[in-house]
Amino acid sequence: MNYFVDENGYYGDFGGAYIPEMLYPNVEELRLKYVEIMQEPSFQKEFQNLLKEYVGRPTPLYFAKRLSEKYNTKIYLKREDLCHTGAHKVNNTIGQILMAKRLGKNRIIAETGAGQHGVATATVCALMGLECIVYMGEIDIARQAPNVARMKMLGATVVPALSGSRTLKDATNEAIRDWINNPVDTHYIIGSVVGPHPYPDMVARFQSVISEEIRKQLKEKEGSENPDYVIACVGGGSNAAGAFYHFLDEENVKLIAVEAAGLGVNSGESAATSVLGNEGIIHGSKTLLMQTKDGQITEPYSISAGLDYPGVGPLHAHLCKSKRAEFIAITDDEAMEAGLELCKLEGIIPAIESSHALAVFKSKKFKENDIVILNLSGRGDKDLDTYIKYFKL
Amino acid sequence: MNRINLKLQENKKLLSVYFTAGYPKLTDTVSILEKLEKSGIDMIEIGLPFSDPLADGPTIQASSTTALNNGMTTSVLFHQLKDIRNTVSIPLIIMGYFNPMMQYGIEKFCKKCAEIGIDGLIIPDLPVKEYNDNYKTIFEKYGLINVFLITPQTSEERIKFIDEISNGFIYMVSSASVTGSKNSFGAVQNEYFERISVMNLKAPQIIGFGISNAETFQQATKYAKGAIIGSAFVKHLSENGTNNIDKFVSSILDS
Repeated sequence: MNYFVDENGYYGDFGGAYIPEMLYPNVEELRLKYVEIMQEPSFQKEFQNLLKEYVGRPTPLYFAKRLSEKYNTKIYLKREDLCHTGAHKVNNTIGQILMAKRLGKNRIIAETGAGQHGVATATVCALMGLECIVYMGEIDIARQAPNVARMKMLGATVVPALSGSRTLKDATNEAIRDWINNPVDTHYIIGSVVGPHPYPDMVARFQSVISEEIRKQLKEKEGSENPDYVIACVGGGSNAAGAFYHFLDEENVKLIAVEAAGLGVNSGESAATSVLGNEGIIHGSKTLLMQTKDGQITEPYSISAGLDYPGVGPLHAHLCKSKRAEFIAITDDEAMEAGLELCKLEGIIPAIESSHALAVFKSKKFKENDIVILNLSGRGDKDLDTYIKYFKL
Repeated sequence: MNRINLKLQENKKLLSVYFTAGYPKLTDTVSILEKLEKSGIDMIEIGLPFSDPLADGPTIQASSTTALNNGMTTSVLFHQLKDIRNTVSIPLIIMGYFNPMMQYGIEKFCKKCAEIGIDGLIIPDLPVKEYNDNYKTIFEKYGLINVFLITPQTSEERIKFIDEISNGFIYMVSSASVTGSKNSFGAVQNEYFERISVMNLKAPQIIGFGISNAETFQQATKYAKGAIIGSAFVKHLSENGTNNIDKFVSSILDS
């Protein structure tokens, strides 16, 4: 089984580029050039240097002793929460801003849900001195005020998406419309492994630094590059794609993708796409998505804004259908408890997205000698309000 | 012969109109179609509403949201159109995004179109290559013409390829924009219209996006076989309901 993108832009049955003709020249230009540009020595040098000096990589692979004792297994946390801007998102925006510069683009657009990708994009635009426009649903702007302020401080223009449900999927629509209206000077920095080919593959490659480091670090610590399990949460799926990437062909490494069940998979308030979704087209990609029987895309729900997306990237749809990865759905309550548990046991306040991954230890038993890597995708600072309200702190 | 091809053979400039099915009211579809034909429109694009219409500007987005809230679905639209060929004889095209058609089932969708008397489809997010590789035989089996788009950014090579595989007309998007963004055409558009017209393509071109009044219709049809009005007509419907459709059409044609 091939788990990487094929020459037509597909992962098994999923992927492709279902885009209007207006976007064809831009997406085609990217498709023809992205691999070549990424492999240029000067690109790699600049990318690696920024990851080291600016982002703070490599991030530690931390052996979580007390958490391991509690669940009677060996748990390592990949500390993406320690990246500059507070999450793995910046790995991708650094890569894409360098890509944009080499493509001669001087205007950057992005979509954002909770604001993490928007902040990561605004950050690299400030770093490079490029104009930055971030589309964000009107409802998200109201509930994520600190991140809106951060983007503004970083010099970005935040444009409210007023169409449809006024959340992430609509912000993505607005960013795509902006790209249609500005076909020459603009690069669209998509924040996850979603969208038309080559975006899912390009973003996965930029995020693959995570699994590349894990292999090196684990070899030093355990004498083997391969763990028994890699666990990561999935909204669109960029941190999971990065954490899984170098293990995709290592069939002994079991992959666990954690989706947000919201109030419960069958509650009507959920974002568990692999269970509730079926095949269709969202944002230019054939994948699994949540929709009505008439093919209208529906609005998901999760307490975690980063997992609140009605689709998953085509790679994850393929991993799910081929059963290469096990998909587990975690409710709001399970995630919040697991997040608090990590605070108490390890002194680390995780992003609520990552808390979903942590909750797997409660529902799934691992063997004492299993080496389990959990990708701690982000830190919880941005979620303090939610934690405060939930636990009445 | 397909009604679209017959119409394209007529020795006149064609005016085509787009509207969103189920808007302003769920049951307005048939009445709008009949009134458009009576007013002298040559061809109609019936918009199948979608929750996430990527290529559309605010006017058509809003009409789609209203239509969906009104209860419009693929099945409802087909039911409304089942006897349409008793009263409307001009070419009818369904314009919609690919996902709702996929969920209905592509073959079933095409079969239903053929039964009703739909002549063609415009699916902005179904790329040329996907169509050619996976859907062409189904569309052709049911006698449906698939209409492809070109834009000012489309390369000459690609335009020639699209021309080759087009069996109806080419939908020429007037400018780099979503629908309903422009009210007038400048030198850039004229240069682009001119550039395409001298390519002597086999498929006639019909220009859409930015056609909103008699002036832009005249300007577009100086170069192309026809023009399509979308957002401007949807705006008219939002202000007038199904009244004064004849006046809207004559304001474009009688100048």
